[in-house]
Amino acid sequence: MDLSQLFSDPVGFVRDLLVQLLASLGLADSAINVILAAIGVVIIASFCLVLPLFLIWFERRVVARMQDRIGPNRVGPQGALQTIADAIKLLIKEDITPIGADKLVYNAAPILSVIAVISMWAVVPFAVNILGTRLNVGALYIISVGSLGTLAIMMGGWSSNNKYALLGAFRTVAQLVSYEAPLLLSLLVPVILARSMDLGTIIEKQEVWFIVAAPVAALIFFATSVAEVGRTPFDLLEAESEIVAGFHIEYTGMKFGMFFVAEFLHAFTVGALTAVLFLGGWRGPGAEAYPLLGVLYFMFKAFAGYFLVILMRAALPRIRIDHMLDLNWKFLVPVSLAAIVLTLLGDKLIQTAGLESEWLRAGLLFLGNLVLVWVVYWFLSASARRMRAEEEGADDHASPGHDDHGASHEAHAVLPGDAGAHAAPAH
Amino acid sequence: MTAAHVIFLVTAVATLGAALYVVTARNLVHAALALIASFFGVAIIFVLLQAGFLAAVQVVLYIGAIAILIIFAIMLTRRVMQDTGPQTNRQWWVAAIMAAVLFVALLVSLGLVPSLQDVTQPVTALPSPDDSLRQLGKSFVDPNQYLLPFELASVLLLVALIGSIVIAADKKQP
Repeated sequence: MDLSQLFSDPVGFVRDLLVQLLASLGLADSAINVILAAIGVVIIASFCLVLPLFLIWFERRVVARMQDRIGPNRVGPQGALQTIADAIKLLIKEDITPIGADKLVYNAAPILSVIAVISMWAVVPFAVNILGTRLNVGALYIISVGSLGTLAIMMGGWSSNNKYALLGAFRTVAQLVSYEAPLLLSLLVPVILARSMDLGTIIEKQEVWFIVAAPVAALIFFATSVAEVGRTPFDLLEAESEIVAGFHIEYTGMKFGMFFVAEFLHAFTVGALTAVLFLGGWRGPGAEAYPLLGVLYFMFKAFAGYFLVILMRAALPRIRIDHMLDLNWKFLVPVSLAAIVLTLLGDKLIQTAGLESEWLRAGLLFLGNLVLVWVVYWFLSASARRMRAEEEGADDHASPGHDDHGASHEAHAVLPGDAGAHAAPAH
Repeated sequence: MTAAHVIFLVTAVATLGAALYVVTARNLVHAALALIASFFGVAIIFVLLQAGFLAAVQVVLYIGAIAILIIFAIMLTRRVMQDTGPQTNRQWWVAAIMAAVLFVALLVSLGLVPSLQDVTQPVTALPSPDDSLRQLGKSFVDPNQYLLPFELASVLLLVALIGSIVIAADKKQP
């Protein structure tokens, strides 16, 4: 063991030290493995729970700037300790359980929502050898633990014994479950390009970032991930102006705080996953030799994605529920399916043609994506023209006399049986 | 006893306990949540068997889709969540006998599997996880393996999809 390992493999260095220490205490190998795994879990979970303290302050400052305010600036330097003060306030608040609430489910929901988000970080590679674990199904794992978050929101909404909370839970199902479809489909594109579901391999294969070869999939992944978090413009589950606060309306104190922490951490996770899947993760000059540099690159890319999420939150209005579903099923799902077919065909053709260069492959797939964007644009503008023509046609019909005629015709055409049934007793 | 043994025993007991609670609980939402716990236990056992893909799919499909739909359906109802009637009818003993017979039959047929007769022997080394995943994918599109069942299942799902659209579609003429 030498000190140069401290730079090339810091986690391995500490692990070797711990293994020697525990072995000298006379523990069995399996016991040492369990202890090391437990230490790893504690480190990653603590990182995930401390990070929101910074994220919440960061987001409040950025949003405040965009709204021409200053934001929190009293506690600590530039207000950076504001979140800690808020956390203490949440901890000493009264803990209320509403009458008629299902106590067990009500208390389990916030815990589960935090668990779901933290579990995602188990497979996120911070650097070439700084990571929780390498799963050969990493990409699928992220989706699967993400779906537990949906469950937590439904549990919270149902068990609160509050109609607004229940409405929030209903919207959750409509939104989160339907947005999982394009999320999974767009996630397939980097998996196809890397020939692996392991996040580590996906990063290693990104000599050219996948956002070059698959910009459409990257955009869809980012947008649907934001919808999965339930952030503006997709914050229908907690639309303050419609259903007060949605699923967490009855939660007080730290239980509300846990939902809050889970949301902020999930928003940052969106940035992190986009960085891993499309922006090359920890890749950068010198990142392989010095993993700590890789962590720096990774965090920078993740924060870039998170910054975009914040900008969207501050700039965009809430989307209407029917538009939200239309956008998903009539736009995102077909486009992501087209992107998959394009990537599959294009990648196989390029491989068969024997074009080895990564840059050439990425460039050709980028051109394919441009064609896809052009086709989608052509489709959209054509259907927009058609809808406008229909609207203008409907306006023409609105002239007096003509309108009555048209409306009665329509009524007869729609409900011939009903009209007859109503007419019969009158005669 | 290794860590894997401990994890397996704890998971198995929790899974069976949750499954028992599913059929005995009077509150339907609690039953559905226990069903999710039971699904999760099965996923953990898949992980112990080094079938990571199946574990992830178990969570995505059974918890992420099916269980959430069940809970959603239950949430939409109002009074049936607290059923106060008796939980068994006069034929409970017939069901108990049939279940016991099925259990014994399964146990016997499992005992006939040669690789299970001597469980003290370690299983043969599995291919590396990445390879097993690749083999799984290839077996789905290999005509000599599971191409036909795979395609049939896909067609079945497509039929279900179209059927649900037909049922839910607006009957109004355009």
